[in-house]
Amino acid sequence: MAKVQIVAERCKSCGYCIKFCPKQVLAIGDKVNSKGYEYVVPVHPDDCIGCAICGRMCPDGAIEVFK
Amino acid sequence: MEKIYGRTKTIQEDKVSGFCPGCMHSTVIKLIGEVLEEMDLVDKAACVLGIGCCGLHMDYIAYDNTTAPHGRACAVATGMKRTSPDSLVFTYQGDGDFASIGLAESISAANRGENITVIFINNGIYGMTGGQMAPTTLVGMKATTAPKGRDPKEHGYPMHMCEILNQLTAPAYLVRTSCNNPANVNKTKQAIHKAFQNQLDGKGFSMVEIVTSCPTNWGLDPMKSLDYIEEKMLPEFPLGVIRDR
Repeated sequence: MAKVQIVAERCKSCGYCIKFCPKQVLAIGDKVNSKGYEYVVPVHPDDCIGCAICGRMCPDGAIEVFK
Repeated sequence: MEKIYGRTKTIQEDKVSGFCPGCMHSTVIKLIGEVLEEMDLVDKAACVLGIGCCGLHMDYIAYDNTTAPHGRACAVATGMKRTSPDSLVFTYQGDGDFASIGLAESISAANRGENITVIFINNGIYGMTGGQMAPTTLVGMKATTAPKGRDPKEHGYPMHMCEILNQLTAPAYLVRTSCNNPANVNKTKQAIHKAFQNQLDGKGFSMVEIVTSCPTNWGLDPMKSLDYIEEKMLPEFPLGVIRDR
């Protein structure tokens, strides 16, 4: 059981996490943060395997992974 | 549930960096922070930032840092290391800073074998000043000072700093990495770790050149900039360890 959490205010919607997630857990959401970026949300949270590749690719440290 | 990955403590919690979406400056500074934390060197770290986008880290990182006059980070780092040998002194410079404006200081510091570490960000363009041509700009790549693309007859060819410094006797560790995929991000982190360890062991000048993207000034979205690195930048700047002694 693993969980991925996005710190919405840090996300800049670059999409690196989405590209490299092996299980397609993440997608760009439809809400915006205070900087105007449509931040990433976990759309298939149950598929997360906790590999933390999303977190390593994220330039802004916006992703937290729990296992 | 236990947290297995999160923001490094060396990045201040209440601050979000001013970098553009997809900019790998943030990736690299995050990796440096993770390495400093893992090696328990946060209190000993003394970072010399170059001028340009790399200077934007100033308010964002939670360890000691200073900014050098444009291009002179290696010279400032030399002074810091010689007066405070117990500190972990490293410079963080872009290609316009390290390879163009500060070329004399950079090569001289490498030639003296100063016991410092250089983190050199190569994105092939001047970022903060608005996309001018850098020494590392690829042939044919458009820049505001080369609107039809870099023409070797007029502007020469891209400079390969690792290979240039490899002509010198003194440098201990020269490596070129990238951040365009998870494997390369991990290799970059290992390279930074080794470069810092070299300094602690007193081996002398180490440089990690990191091929990164500048989506804004390349005129590409972050995803396409990853493809650009793979297809255009990496054939010109092959990754690997150039020297390790």
